[in-house]
Amino acid sequence: MSLSPSPETKLTAERIGMVFKRDGNSTNVLRDINLTVGRGEFLCVLGPSGCGKSTLLNTMAGFLSPTSGEIRIDGEAVRGPDPRRIFVFQERGVFPWLTVEGNIGFGLFKLSRAEREQRIAHYVQLVGLEGFQKAYPAELSGGMKQRLEVARALAVNPDMLFLDEPFGALDSITRLTMRRELLRIWEAEKNTIIFVTHDIDEAVQLADRVAVMSDRPATIQQIVEIDIAHPRDIGSARYLELRHGIFDQLGLAHKV
Amino acid sequence: MSLLVRLRPVAFVAALLVIWQVAVSLSPVHILPGPWEVVGGIVDLIQHGLLLKYVVASLFRVTWGFTLAAVLAIPAGLTIGWYGRAEMALNPIVQILRPISPLAWIPIAILWFGVGDLASIFLIFVGCFFPLVLTAINAVQSVPAVYVNAGRNFGLSPAALVYRVLYPAVIPQLLVGLRITLGVAWLVVVAAEMIAVNSGLGFLIVDARNAGNRYDLVVAGMVIIGLIGLLLDLGMRSLEKVKSLRWSYSEE
Amino acid sequence: MNSLVEPRKWEKFFWPVLACVLFLALWHYLVIWSATKVFPSPLAVEKGIAELARKSLLWRYIGDSLRRVALGYGAAVVLGIPVGLTLGWYPAANQVVNPVFQMLRPISPIAWIPVSIILFGVGDTTAVFLIFLCAFFPIVVACVDGVSGVPAMYRQAGRNFGLSPVQLLSKVVFPAALPQIIIGLRIALGIAWLVVVAAEMIAVDSGLGYLVIDARNSGKRYDLVVAAMLMIGIIGLALDLLFRRLRNIRSVRWGFRHGT
Repeated sequence: MSLSPSPETKLTAERIGMVFKRDGNSTNVLRDINLTVGRGEFLCVLGPSGCGKSTLLNTMAGFLSPTSGEIRIDGEAVRGPDPRRIFVFQERGVFPWLTVEGNIGFGLFKLSRAEREQRIAHYVQLVGLEGFQKAYPAELSGGMKQRLEVARALAVNPDMLFLDEPFGALDSITRLTMRRELLRIWEAEKNTIIFVTHDIDEAVQLADRVAVMSDRPATIQQIVEIDIAHPRDIGSARYLELRHGIFDQLGLAHKV
Repeated sequence: MSLLVRLRPVAFVAALLVIWQVAVSLSPVHILPGPWEVVGGIVDLIQHGLLLKYVVASLFRVTWGFTLAAVLAIPAGLTIGWYGRAEMALNPIVQILRPISPLAWIPIAILWFGVGDLASIFLIFVGCFFPLVLTAINAVQSVPAVYVNAGRNFGLSPAALVYRVLYPAVIPQLLVGLRITLGVAWLVVVAAEMIAVNSGLGFLIVDARNAGNRYDLVVAGMVIIGLIGLLLDLGMRSLEKVKSLRWSYSEE
Repeated sequence: MNSLVEPRKWEKFFWPVLACVLFLALWHYLVIWSATKVFPSPLAVEKGIAELARKSLLWRYIGDSLRRVALGYGAAVVLGIPVGLTLGWYPAANQVVNPVFQMLRPISPIAWIPVSIILFGVGDTTAVFLIFLCAFFPIVVACVDGVSGVPAMYRQAGRNFGLSPVQLLSKVVFPAALPQIIIGLRIALGIAWLVVVAAEMIAVDSGLGYLVIDARNSGKRYDLVVAAMLMIGIIGLALDLLFRRLRNIRSVRWGFRHGT
């Protein structure tokens, strides 16, 4: 369990800028974003809704190309999506026409049948969907669908995961369980995770480092290192201190 | 549901039939047949072996015209829908051709194919092709971008993207479109047979009227057209309930 | 879909115009290449339209077709919406009537021609009746689906605020079902336009459908046949566009996906 970013660099973003043009209007979404993410690091990108966090994540995953600047992963410039890095979508990306097994096996088309089945069985168990192998997504609860999507991503053994507010639509109890699950999986699989959220507590509970974004055009205001070992005590003085620091950074009051 | 409630629709139909019978027997001029005469007409048709012959003739034309239209229109529509610029370019042409009643093509159909099966198959084809192209275009365009992105993320080749993501994603919408279009095909075949050929249920109606005002056979023909149309619709609906195709309906 | 790349302004005009030009050129050269004496080239069709306009047949026939649609479709709307709303409101009634509707619906309106000629004679009324028949059922079905699809929550909320049944229908159920009803009305109008042409080919002696059949029968004037078809297409498209305008009205816009 490493607290400081590992010496090896996984991803670098250099002077990323993004301008959307629509009907003659241009919107400046991202401005001059510089970021370095270490191998095996858990980074949270935190910011208000609609600030451009998702856009940044989409450029990192290769779904959008930035208007200016460059993103490099393992020293290579990102040119498009890649099965080595899987994006877990905000609007549930599980395929409704496939069963749980079908979804988890979706990216495993290069494996033999036996290997595929073994891999599927492993990840069904990992995310606790035993007994639902033959179920269609419509028969699952929101939390189960979200776990299914994470399992589908993990099954192809990616070395990076991009998660776009993955737990946003879940109730707060399920959300807590899911966070614990994610940490457990991360510690077992040692992937690099970039996790976008607007929830300050979520960021402080999960991340090695939190990149706090400003409003549009989004820049990185500050990067906060969360120097608490897992499992984290959310009542501890250090936790509250870090949390308050981020509250201040976002210009929010501490009292409701 | 209690038996009484189940029987209500039956009772309603029976009441309509009784009203029909009474209205016919009260009317001073006896041209329109009552329900009994219609049943007699159907029996007549069966005895002459005409019913089966005409039903088969109509279904034969529908099958060819509809299948041909589906085989050509769906790939065309999916391709056009996938490439935004193709859709922009072809949209006006499709939009102008679509509202032309298939029957308005009759002179051209006869010019190109002569009077006969080919002409009516062509008419059905025209009647189905444009609605199906539009259905396929709409179906592709409404596939959520997440699915396509997820597919690309897992490193699918373009061909694999089509048959593993796009195709299953559009199936439910296509089935609905196919069902509606099959209904259209059934409407068109009847009309086409009234003008362009000398067999089939549409021909039966026109022929029964022209050759001796046999209105019992006219209405018998209408009843059979209604029944077969209903069966076609039910058949397509049961296809929509197949489990692996059903996903979008159970979503809500 | 691939919409991350917004098309530029000029493309919105350029591609359709290019496709139309290519289409017309293809048509033109196919006619020349096949050396057909019967099938008209685009230029001949254009001359045909001009000729019809000069003889002032064009406007009269268009007017006749539109009048029949207006009458038949209008009657279907006026009767179909209340019937549909009622059936949707009382599921028991719908269950009773539904089998009859299901039987009548797939009968081609054209198959009614002999019967409607007996009832109304050859003439306008027959055409209007056929249009009414073909538009009536889709409108009723759309209303039934629309009303029965209104979430029970809305009705409960309405009742909670103490609305009377009439108010509940007019203030909650009808507006909630309206987007569905409008879709049904649009489909019905499309069908009405298909049927008026068919009816005019058989049952009357004016209108665009009559023009198609008459131009062919009296002297194989295929330029006029295609001219009439083109007018049918353009007017059908115009009617549909008019209807699509309705979706942009504020009170129903919520029911339609944005950007379509």
